[in-house]
Amino acid sequence: MSNGFKKKMASELSQLLIPLIALGILILFNLIRDPRFFSIGVAVNNDGNSVLTGNLISIIDSASELAIIAMGMTLVTAACGGQDISVGAVGAISGAVFVKLVQAMGGINAGTFAAAMLLAILVTVCFKLFNGTLVAVFRIQPMIATLILYSCGRSIAYWINGDATPQLTSPILTAIGMTIPGVPVPTPIFCVLLVSLLLALIFRFTNISLYTQSVGINQGAARLNGINPILIKLLSFVLLGVCVSVASLIGISRLGQLNHKTLLVDIEMDAILAVAIGGNNLGGGKFKISGSILGAYIIQMLTTTLYAMKVSPVNVKAYKAIVIIIIVIAGSPVVKEKLRAIWKRLKTGRVARKEVA
Amino acid sequence: MQNDVVLTMRGIVKTFPGTRALDGVDFTLRKGEVHALMGENGAGKSTLIKVLTGVYEKDAGSIWVEGSEGEAHIHSPQDAQNIGISTVYQEITLCPNLTVAENMFIGRTKGSRVNWREYEKRADELLSNLGIPARARQELSHCSLAVQQMVAIARAVDMNCKVLILDEPTSSLDDKEVEMLFKLMRDLKSRGVGIVFVTHFLEQVYEISDRITVLRNGQLVGEYPVSELPQVELVARMMGKDLDDLADLEAVGEKSAGSQEIVYEAQGLSSVDCRPYDFSIRRGEVNGFTGLLGSGRSESVRAIFGADRVTGGKVKVRGKYVKITNPHDAMKNGIGYLPEDRKRDGIIADLSVRENIILALQVMKGFFHPMSKAQMKEFADEYIKALQIKTASQDTPIKSLSGGNQQKVILARWLLTHPDYLILDEPTRGIDVGTKLEIQKLVLKLAEENMSVTFISSEIEEMLRTCSRLIVMRDRKIVGELTGDQLTQGYVMKTIAGGEQ
Repeated sequence: MSNGFKKKMASELSQLLIPLIALGILILFNLIRDPRFFSIGVAVNNDGNSVLTGNLISIIDSASELAIIAMGMTLVTAACGGQDISVGAVGAISGAVFVKLVQAMGGINAGTFAAAMLLAILVTVCFKLFNGTLVAVFRIQPMIATLILYSCGRSIAYWINGDATPQLTSPILTAIGMTIPGVPVPTPIFCVLLVSLLLALIFRFTNISLYTQSVGINQGAARLNGINPILIKLLSFVLLGVCVSVASLIGISRLGQLNHKTLLVDIEMDAILAVAIGGNNLGGGKFKISGSILGAYIIQMLTTTLYAMKVSPVNVKAYKAIVIIIIVIAGSPVVKEKLRAIWKRLKTGRVARKEVA
Repeated sequence: MQNDVVLTMRGIVKTFPGTRALDGVDFTLRKGEVHALMGENGAGKSTLIKVLTGVYEKDAGSIWVEGSEGEAHIHSPQDAQNIGISTVYQEITLCPNLTVAENMFIGRTKGSRVNWREYEKRADELLSNLGIPARARQELSHCSLAVQQMVAIARAVDMNCKVLILDEPTSSLDDKEVEMLFKLMRDLKSRGVGIVFVTHFLEQVYEISDRITVLRNGQLVGEYPVSELPQVELVARMMGKDLDDLADLEAVGEKSAGSQEIVYEAQGLSSVDCRPYDFSIRRGEVNGFTGLLGSGRSESVRAIFGADRVTGGKVKVRGKYVKITNPHDAMKNGIGYLPEDRKRDGIIADLSVRENIILALQVMKGFFHPMSKAQMKEFADEYIKALQIKTASQDTPIKSLSGGNQQKVILARWLLTHPDYLILDEPTRGIDVGTKLEIQKLVLKLAEENMSVTFISSEIEEMLRTCSRLIVMRDRKIVGELTGDQLTQGYVMKTIAGGEQ
């Protein structure tokens, strides 16, 4: 029984092994470099709330938008065998719609906030359905299908809101972007938990996981088993749309302003990277959302580490690239196969030695 | 006699990873003959032609072409053209938006300045000479498919080809167009061109060919003058059967004709790949579609299941009219379908044996009603035991199982849905003999339990052992329905072959 359980854990973990090791090495590296890197303190912020501070909190907090979008990206990747590169630009549209709506409704209160949020989500989902239709119905490569919105999404955001960067001040936004009074943990972290929980519930009460994997692995066979591949692909884009909209809202709340040029900028590449670092096949099929979340935190920890080492922002990207190449190669099929062979040899060696003894 | 030969291929071998597509094949083509190259799908016809035209490099063997010194070295389609071998493929490989003349001379013009007037004149001369109803300045896309094909042939003729290969040229032509093409072929014959004719249509072989070479499983069966190989013999050779050897086979169980109740009935059912046909099956009946590979039997059953786009017909299930336009409709009406190509259409390779078993049932239960893990495990265990599926565990990915065990998993998938009517398309292909017998026995047992089954197999013995009624197809049409005493190997083959024999 315990043996069976162990085996199961092993197979569950095998996909997450490389990202977990990468995370472990990053943590270890930081501890050696600066033992106080992960120390957590308490400070009082401008609003008079006591909040937790420290690198660890800031890493988990800042990775929130990326983690949320990576979850949606995982589903699109699994179902369509390709990636959506328009998430940043569509996030800007979502933000512009949200700001336009709350301004039109005369300022932020609980009611206008909820209404504007729901409408922004709806608009984002429509844009994602446009992408999804190109992919699922017209069978256009996902990257090409989303290239259109990638290049024109921020222009659309500009048309909606003009060139201004409207400032928004409201306790509600502060509560979402920073902390809720009385709670010492930044709210975006709870948003990640909420979205994960929501997805976990959807996975528990529907067949989306089985259908998505079937469509991603063998679309023709899935169809012959009564699954509609078009609907499943559209569904993955719808869920990604919700994720993008939520991430956009967090981004706006954090800064208290909307800047269509910088909101969620370059997040699409990091999101795809998070999916890949999480051990998911970018060609579609089997997937693990937890892997992508882990990937998002690894990317953020890497960035924070580099900044803590006083690497200038201009050079951060280059250093990041080097580490990421190492992680991706370590997780590649070729290296995995080699590692497995070495592991097997070590194991049989150990057994043999035991027998000799 | 030897001087007549334009092309000799000896001991051609071509292997692909895992298969020997050509195994020491000989082929000889003489001047001014139409030589039919026959064999079922996968027999090696296409491979042989691709070796000849330089698409594939042969692994061993030699090729001689008349007019060239010594052995011919064909490494690319260009090489083949240069020594006089031209091919007209099933799909037209010309440019539809260019004119007829441009299509005939493109890539063959000399110098940097091209005098198209001159070429157009030459094209018109050749076209009228060959009796092809097209004009040089016409855009190719304005010609019918048959004429486009003839333009391709005219291009080959103008290149002084000695060997012309026509790969399934008639598959999308109507009867009149076929006649036109044959007239052109006879004309080329009289000019001394050797023609290799590849087709699925047996009647056409006997209408136009002088000689037949038969391949089976990558090996040469033989070369015969048409007059010495009656149609039924040809079919027997293609299937690898000996007509003299019709020994009675060990029965696997009692065949079942079923009860009176009709479970499924179709009138004028058609799909994008299948012509309208009528069909019905009774409760507990086992029947089968037979015919050569490519005769349309798979396409017919796919239409029943809604696997291809259904274009017409009325369907009754258990006496009530229903609409079946996609696999989900069919499943809801109690129909299951095990596809012909297990790898392409059956297995979800990376998913576990358990997930592959419960997939169809899970889809029928619906998107919002996932089964519990415990229930899935129970179902998987039950069927792994019942069908004796050899797998390390339920969690093993199906792709690491052997072919026979993969097939059993797909079979388990459909049995788990408890269909009223199960369609098995080539369930025994590529699996070991023991498993084959198991599957045949299972089919008869299912019929005893009142399931209706349509069973398709390339091996006639298998169908004779299990089916009480055989629907015979040829050239995408139903040409016979055999029951009772007619169910003998000889009679079935005669029906498949057609003609007076």
